[in-house]
Amino acid sequence: MATTHVNPTRMELTRLKKKLTTAMRGHKLLKDKRDELMRQFLDLVRENKALREKVEAAILASGQNFVLARAGMTDEEVNLAMLSPKQEILIDEKERNVMSVNVPVFEFQTKSNDSGDIFPYGFAFTSADLDDAVRSLNDILPDMLRLAEVEKSCLLMSAEIEKTRRRVNALEHVVIPETEENIKYITMKLDENERSTQIRLMKVKDMMLAKAHHYETI
Amino acid sequence: MYKACVFGDYDSIYGFSAVGLDIYPVTPETAEEEFQKVCRAEYAVIYMTEYYMALLKEETEACEQKLLPAVVPIPGIFGNTGDGIRRVKRMVEQAVGSDIIFGSEY
Repeated sequence: MATTHVNPTRMELTRLKKKLTTAMRGHKLLKDKRDELMRQFLDLVRENKALREKVEAAILASGQNFVLARAGMTDEEVNLAMLSPKQEILIDEKERNVMSVNVPVFEFQTKSNDSGDIFPYGFAFTSADLDDAVRSLNDILPDMLRLAEVEKSCLLMSAEIEKTRRRVNALEHVVIPETEENIKYITMKLDENERSTQIRLMKVKDMMLAKAHHYETI
Repeated sequence: MYKACVFGDYDSIYGFSAVGLDIYPVTPETAEEEFQKVCRAEYAVIYMTEYYMALLKEETEACEQKLLPAVVPIPGIFGNTGDGIRRVKRMVEQAVGSDIIFGSEY
């Protein structure tokens, strides 16, 4: 039984048939979009997991070195060593379109490319732990930027996948069955009307024949 | 051109200044105010220690659906709370419906 009231007219029937075709097409397209997004999302999220584990381990390790460095130096010395950073990172942000989701792509440039030229201090008054810590952070930096890119992409894609899934489900379980039911209702109603008109015509014909020739049909 | 910065307590983040990231040392009292400042500045990536990520949950969630900045949790000096990886796990749950990548590891 149709939940909403529909006018059993031919115009309404044509409209509903058009709506059903659109809904079916939309459903197929959205389903394809969801599947492709999901495929790409799963690849990305696997990379995200691996990167995150690597980056977290590296940051913790360098954190330990920084603690050691601070233990061996006074606060003033550490502050002085870190006062004017030599290195600078500039990020160029571009957008990539993944199944209509815009995700960022980061390309980064460093001011100096020489990995030996990263220390912003002279080695005379600083502890060796500080060097290790800075070096390990510098090594992990490309991965950190990639992590930011991947994690943001995952975040945006997961929200889009959820939205698309809801749309697919709404079309599949609500819009399409409802429209089909309404079409069926209208078709049946129209057929019924047609039959009753036919019968009425036959009856009238019989009555006219009976009147004109005075014979009875069965 | 954008830049990247690190946001958190001084001990956890001071080292990042050496590798070219801007640092924003904060305390729990000044965190919110500083974060607003960071949001207004031209940063593509904001690395934030897990502690402050939890503290500024509402503010960082507002950034989530925007393209930029990307707010990324990193472990602070007090150890890894697992919040970062749990965040990724939540994304999988949101997208797939149930977690199929991490299992019961985390």
